Amino acid sequence: MTLTLASAATPAPKRQALVATAVASAAITMLMAGMLGVWLRFRAAADTRMSSDGRKVIKDWLPSDIKIPEVSSNTMLAGLFFGCVMAQWAVYAAKRDDSSHRSVALAVCLLMEVAIINAQVAVYSQMKIGVTDGAYQTMFYAITGVVVVLLAVGMAFTSVTWFRSVGGRDNDSHVVAAHALYWYVLTAVFCAVWFVVYVQK
Amino acid sequence: MTTIHTNVDVTAAGSRAASLVSVIADWITTADHKKIGRLFIGSSLVAAVATAVLAAFLGLERMSASSYSILNGDSVVQLFAAYQFSLVYAIVAPLFIGLAIAVVPLQLGSRSLSYPRLAAFGFWAWASGLIITLAALGANGGPGGGNSNMVDLYLLALGLVALGLSAASVSIAVTVLTSRAPGMSLLRTPMFSWSALMGSMATVLTLPVLIGTLAYLYVDHTYGRVAFGGNVDVTKWIGWSFNQPQTFIFAVMAVGVLAELAPIVAGVRQPLRPIMLIGITLVSTAALGAATQSTHAMSWTGTTSDKVQEFIPFALFNLLPILGVLIVLALGGLAAKAGRVKPTASFVFAFLGTGMILVGMLVHALSLIGPAALAGTVAQESSTLYVVYGAVMVALGAIVHWGPKLWGRRLPEKQMFGLAALSLVATVLSSLPYVLAGFLDQPGNAVAGWSYDVSALLNTVSTIGHALMFITVLGFIGLAFKHFTTGALAGDDPWDAHSLEWSIPSPAPAGNFADIATVGSAEPLLDVKPARQGASA
Repeated sequence: MTLTLASAATPAPKRQALVATAVASAAITMLMAGMLGVWLRFRAAADTRMSSDGRKVIKDWLPSDIKIPEVSSNTMLAGLFFGCVMAQWAVYAAKRDDSSHRSVALAVCLLMEVAIINAQVAVYSQMKIGVTDGAYQTMFYAITGVVVVLLAVGMAFTSVTWFRSVGGRDNDSHVVAAHALYWYVLTAVFCAVWFVVYVQK
Repeated sequence: MTTIHTNVDVTAAGSRAASLVSVIADWITTADHKKIGRLFIGSSLVAAVATAVLAAFLGLERMSASSYSILNGDSVVQLFAAYQFSLVYAIVAPLFIGLAIAVVPLQLGSRSLSYPRLAAFGFWAWASGLIITLAALGANGGPGGGNSNMVDLYLLALGLVALGLSAASVSIAVTVLTSRAPGMSLLRTPMFSWSALMGSMATVLTLPVLIGTLAYLYVDHTYGRVAFGGNVDVTKWIGWSFNQPQTFIFAVMAVGVLAELAPIVAGVRQPLRPIMLIGITLVSTAALGAATQSTHAMSWTGTTSDKVQEFIPFALFNLLPILGVLIVLALGGLAAKAGRVKPTASFVFAFLGTGMILVGMLVHALSLIGPAALAGTVAQESSTLYVVYGAVMVALGAIVHWGPKLWGRRLPEKQMFGLAALSLVATVLSSLPYVLAGFLDQPGNAVAGWSYDVSALLNTVSTIGHALMFITVLGFIGLAFKHFTTGALAGDDPWDAHSLEWSIPSPAPAGNFADIATVGSAEPLLDVKPARQGASA
């Protein structure tokens, strides 16, 4: 016997893209938190010495011959914040069914991601360090490499959202919102990496 | 005539071959959650058989602690690595993820899984990673491996396994969060689906930490070998992912199976339902210890104040999951008291298996208390075995319970009761001797290097336990293969159950539900069924 329950109208979609992005963002946060935890553990275990004037303790985690290119790393951070504004502009436009502004905002986002990856390449070329040179160098390439992978995933996400927008998907606001959420999380994650790896050193 | 006959045969043979290719292609490219779930379940059960054989070989080698009898001394490290990896990532994790993928959309009244292709990617990534991991270990890779390329391959493949399981977990979590039937609030979610949400979220929060660590290890091992100790220290960095409390996370859904079945066999609505949900959630707090990779042990020294200071983090990280299991067991008992229990084989499997998981958790907590002196001993392996074999028992019960909805036929109850008893004996025999051996200072992950009077006896008993588990799972696979293909038809609701999957035909049709139902309570089928005689509403 098959039991019969009161039937309902087909329920409205429940913003699956947004929820899936939120869950994936939690995973990304844990991924980077774990990597930063290991980084900080190595940093904490590094030798210490007094500065030449004897006024502060210096950790010898960053090899003395390595200079962090701060302009390029700050450009990456600024680019991510600018991308957040563009992603939110896309959400704003999508809610108003303004397809032209939505497409322009997403295109600028894509451009920003290319610029950020370019800045990361600039960091690598300016630092002139080899991956086999020491513990710091190996870990630097590993953690920044993972950030580049996350940026590449973001580029793919932005491209898909942009193509859908250009293709006339006008009922796509939840996907645009999910894209913006990914940008926010990526920016927050990079803020932590920027502070720990590029500022605190 | 002959020519015509030949043509007919050739055509028929060609047709059969084309049909076989079509079936295989259908399974490989499927986006049907029931098929993806069954791919996970089937593969994990086969892995369970193979792992029990491997465990028995290691047990045989441990019977004599003075010399190597069967195995080559150089291969022991790789065999232990394969054993630990398989217990967790080839058996318990994919088994429950597969069950959740197959069952959760049916329980929620959903026509499909959210992002089924992501779940399919998860399966193939996991399966490929599993094969490559074992191949790399076989070619002298893995922790302590002498073949550098194979160590690299092992690290990559382990990352692929973690990525696959994470992807499938995202799909499960999103399904529970977004695809429930109208009227089904989160508080009305069936117990197993709730545990699937908790377990998959805990998985999503912990496995990326493993992936991040593997990224460091891979870059370091491939290029510099200056930071992470090369191949020797691989276990030091990722060993947490093969041990407790990470295994508790994969057992969350096992506890959910018991919570699902207890009110069904009692024929009542679950008393104190929100507390039961909290109990399941507490088990998933094991993610705290896993993600932080921190072991909060108790040295039990110093002043009372020192002891209290140690006890608080110890309790937070190690006792909360135990409290969760105790709550589920207690409320299951309350349901049994409120109704009239008609025990089924699936319930017996789930009840006994959850009991074994609880014992594993207790052994783990005990091993962290200083005066017990169990750290680094084989008692920690015992804890893993209790949890994994207990979870396998629960999973077998879950297959007995939901098998009718996936295959349309049911397994014979009498033989399943026998297998449940056998699996209990197998779990106790394989695990308990290692607890005792731990008190006698037998080291973990070693086949030699200790000496005490009853060493041969304890290790022999444990080996017999592994052999019995091999027989249990192999027997279950055989019976399942026979009865799910030619057994008795199950009917739509063979267990007089409560949730939505039992309102549709068995096996569940493509698209699951012809009409989307409206849910008015946590047990929607009880709303439309006459109350069982003797059971309170």
